[in-house]
Amino acid sequence: MREKAIWILGLLGALAMIFNLHTVFLNLPDEAMQGAVYRIIFVHVPAAMNADLFYTIALISSILFLVKKNFLYDSIAVSCIEVATMLVLVNLVTGSIWGKSQWGIWWAWDLRMTTQLMCFLLYLGYLVVRPAITEATQRATMSAFIAIFAYADIPLVIMAIRLPNVRTQHPGAVLENGQMAPMFLPPFGIGILALFLIASALVLVRLHQETSQREIDSLRRELHAI
Amino acid sequence: MPRGLSTAFAIARKDLRTELRTKESINASASFALVILVLFSFAFNLERDEFYAISGGLLWLVYSFAGALIVNRSFSRELPNDCLDVLVASPAPGWAIFLGKAMAAFVLLTIVEAISLPIFGLFYNIHWMDSAGPLVIIILLATWGITVVGAAFSAVIVNVRLRELMLPVLLYPILIPLLIAAMGSTTALLSGEAMTGDNFSYIRQLIGFDAMYTALALYMIEFILVM
Repeated sequence: MREKAIWILGLLGALAMIFNLHTVFLNLPDEAMQGAVYRIIFVHVPAAMNADLFYTIALISSILFLVKKNFLYDSIAVSCIEVATMLVLVNLVTGSIWGKSQWGIWWAWDLRMTTQLMCFLLYLGYLVVRPAITEATQRATMSAFIAIFAYADIPLVIMAIRLPNVRTQHPGAVLENGQMAPMFLPPFGIGILALFLIASALVLVRLHQETSQREIDSLRRELHAI
Repeated sequence: MPRGLSTAFAIARKDLRTELRTKESINASASFALVILVLFSFAFNLERDEFYAISGGLLWLVYSFAGALIVNRSFSRELPNDCLDVLVASPAPGWAIFLGKAMAAFVLLTIVEAISLPIFGLFYNIHWMDSAGPLVIIILLATWGITVVGAAFSAVIVNVRLRELMLPVLLYPILIPLLIAAMGSTTALLSGEAMTGDNFSYIRQLIGFDAMYTALALYMIEFILVM
């Protein structure tokens, strides 16, 4: 059942992605100010949105783990964080390429970029520390704690381009202030959906690995007991 | 005084007494701060006035490195003889144990900072005495932020392999907003700028960081200690 879900989600995501790439590269015109490179927005922004979504799921399951001590929540949290951190990396790399083309530099230390990089480093710390804790309960509890602390950065990232008195080089929230042309909206929405489907499939794969790992560990303990 | 608070002070006193008798981490931290201060003088070959522009950055890099050494010992000090288990089993509430640890680390780091600040002024010809009052406020605010987050993560990784390496990996990314504010305001202050407008918002950022993470750590610590 789970395997079927992974296949279906992955295939739908891949199809949506291919369809979207076709639209974006072959059907949409170049943007007036930026030329061809604006197409990065159809990956860059969906990656960040999906990352925030999966970090939020990880936050909720981390809290649920601390409350209910059910290891399933720990597995959900770590799977979501791994996939979301990869999405943040996609976001950072695509943003950097766009920056090189538009600003002439790969990186500008403004609030949006700094907070997003900080987010990447925080969750990287989570993924680095986690395997260093051998005892399962301890590992899950500590990971949940780190995940909750790290999440404090996400509102900062989201607010970084919306605060009134912050100087930032990063483009504003074009969806909210209506600066995006209506013809760009459908590919943008499909971009979000495609990455969501692919990321969900990856999360399910990781979740499967995590639960199998836990089963193997408990079998090994049982064997030792005998 | 509520009971938890007096427990916290008792734990802080105990930690400080142990530390001042053995001087384990404070010696290491102070001499490390000194070494880093010396190394920076080779890293940047600058005129005297130019040093003011990077003074805040230098000072807070030194302080945050020294801080990591101090908070590292906060909870791992309790590992020999299973002292941590005894502390957790005692009737003291978890937040009081944590608050005591954080206060002790705060005092120790402040001592290290008080030692290294005059040396910093001396090596780099920086007149910090003119703005000593506001500088002390910035230092105290940022030091509390470093020690409260540091002590929380010290508790998280107390049982981790290679914890001396893991702490900086977790600590520094989370300290970024605090360090930006501390570095910015210190540089502005030492360069003789007025503490208004943007410079004042740094202070607000420090207070906000301290309040948020103190509350988060105090609330969460019970889950970490009692497992």
